[in-house]
Amino acid sequence: MSMNKGSESIIDIEGLSFSRGSRQIFRSVDMQIPRGKISAIMGPSGTGKTTLLKLIGGQLRPDAGSIKVDGLNVHQISRQRLFLLREKMGMLFQSGALFTDMSVFENVAFPIRVHTELPEDMIRDIVLLKLQAVGLRGARGLMPSELSGGMARRVALARAIALDPDLVMYDEPFTGQDPIAKGVLVKLIRQINQALGHTSIIVSHDIQETLSIADYIFLLADGHVIASGTPEELLNNDTEQVQQFMRGLPDGPVPFHFSTDDMLTDLFSQESANA
Amino acid sequence: MRMRWIEIMVGFFMVLGILALLGLALNVSGLKLATKANTYTVQARFENIGGLTSRAKVTLSGVQIGEVKSIQIDKKRLVAIVTMKIYSDVDYLSTDSSAKILTAGLLGEQYIGISVGFEEASLKDGDTINDTQSAMVLEELIGKFLFNKVSN
Amino acid sequence: MLDQIASLGRLGLDRLAGAGRAGGVLWQSLVAKPEPVVMFPLLLKQIYFVGVLSLVIIIVSGLFIGMVLGLQGYTILVDYGSEQAVGQMVALSLVRELAPVVTALLFAGRAGSAVTAEIGLMKATEQLSSLEMIGVDPLRRILAPRLWAGFISMPILAVIFAMVGVFGGALVSIEWLGIFEGSFWSNMQNSVDFSEDVLNGVIKALVFGVVVTWIAVFQGYDCVPTSEGISQATTRTVVYSSLAVLALDFILTALMFGDL
Repeated sequence: MSMNKGSESIIDIEGLSFSRGSRQIFRSVDMQIPRGKISAIMGPSGTGKTTLLKLIGGQLRPDAGSIKVDGLNVHQISRQRLFLLREKMGMLFQSGALFTDMSVFENVAFPIRVHTELPEDMIRDIVLLKLQAVGLRGARGLMPSELSGGMARRVALARAIALDPDLVMYDEPFTGQDPIAKGVLVKLIRQINQALGHTSIIVSHDIQETLSIADYIFLLADGHVIASGTPEELLNNDTEQVQQFMRGLPDGPVPFHFSTDDMLTDLFSQESANA
Repeated sequence: MRMRWIEIMVGFFMVLGILALLGLALNVSGLKLATKANTYTVQARFENIGGLTSRAKVTLSGVQIGEVKSIQIDKKRLVAIVTMKIYSDVDYLSTDSSAKILTAGLLGEQYIGISVGFEEASLKDGDTINDTQSAMVLEELIGKFLFNKVSN
Repeated sequence: MLDQIASLGRLGLDRLAGAGRAGGVLWQSLVAKPEPVVMFPLLLKQIYFVGVLSLVIIIVSGLFIGMVLGLQGYTILVDYGSEQAVGQMVALSLVRELAPVVTALLFAGRAGSAVTAEIGLMKATEQLSSLEMIGVDPLRRILAPRLWAGFISMPILAVIFAMVGVFGGALVSIEWLGIFEGSFWSNMQNSVDFSEDVLNGVIKALVFGVVVTWIAVFQGYDCVPTSEGISQATTRTVVYSSLAVLALDFILTALMFGDL
């Protein structure tokens, strides 16, 4: 935590609580995400990493606590201000979430058309530049259904950075990608972050890839941040829970079994019910 | 190009819808466009109009020359007043014409049949036909028939 | 016992909450300030999908239903010697009842289910979230054009259905059964009233169009974004719209023709 002090943070989360139905996902989470760096939010599946991104984007409302992006409380500003704020945020969804009825070119052009009134030839230039950055300028005429998973994610990345946002959020960018595509994405995320100087937030549980690009890591489990720091700090963290996740051990403080009754009781209760 | 195709097809769809509505209006419900201007109205009193309704046909020798506009009760004489719209090109109905309520087929719709008389002068807007014959009502007919049988 | 009552109550509250959400979705999609420049091409596209592409099924069904009506009407009416009235029977039953109802049922199956599946899939593939993050309201961009397209297409389809059906009835009665053409049409024209019958039929079709499209759009938007959830939502669209159309038809008929 000491690293944050003094340096300016772009996102400031205080006392965040959120629950879905009866399941409490976050319990009073505090987090400061530094500006201009690549921060990773890691944790086992089901700890609400994607939910956190949706909370930051204002798509979900927290039960308690506040999220400030650039000093603005996302959940208290008007709908109009929120949409203006979202112009400065890009989000790369897990599935890519390309609009299936538009070509690659139109997908990337879409946010530009919505938010600006630039002439057509300027839009063309911007789109081609962005597609060039992800190496897919040649694929501009294709439809999303004709792209491989890795290519779709790269097009989605081009769309996410179309308006040169201050903040890009990546939701599980490496999941389900082959090693080459993973390598390409890692390189792209780093390159684009350096070239555009924006803040990146990566939600992931791919340890190797994330460790290789993140400047700072937050480890989430059981509804709160259990550890945070640079990759080296986390690798050298002695806490059992942190070690289990970082080294990928099957059982530990995060149990292998979903919490339930003792197995023997379960078996016997079944027998007595049948009897 | 694809957008152009969609525009054309949607336009075609709209035109088809309007044509179908026009078809329903003119062909199926027999709505006539601009009939008001070229008709004149004539009235007739009937003791009993049977099942005559407004918009029923008015014919001369079986040819339609107009339609029933409205049906009211004459409160003084307690008979029905039928107001008819006659096409203005039919200007040869004599003032002593007679009007009958007829039935198409045994159970069909009822309509008004006009027979022309011998007077020189012809009916004008607002005139009344005095010689009328009421509708045949099946129950009365059967009643008369039975009464005749019994009295014979 | 107490559990059952409690679960019944919960079910009722769930349904009520669902109705509330559906109302909210409709309100937000339609009442929000319209953007004609953006909306118009999207609307055209949706009218193409739900209206133009439903034309074939509507025309074929209309033709056959009209022909069956002609045939059945003839065999019944010929016993009473009033087979000329077959035109009247065909036209009245089509214009008042069959055109709006059958069109709405076919529309729910053909267009409604497609709309639900499309919106559901957009939700499952995060396209709706993605729009929201880009700063575009999916209610206005995705839902509103589909709603308007349904409202516009349904009455047009029903009118075409009625006209084709009358034509099918005429084909059978005049060409095949040999009813005199003049009496077929004049009987029909004397008994069908434009405002009483035709316009009421169009109003019915409009009401059904609103209900079916609303159900379809909402089920897609509110579905559980998994393949199972989408398939359930699609089924629900067809079942709910069919039930709603039939029940509403009774109410509307009672109001329009029942002299209540």
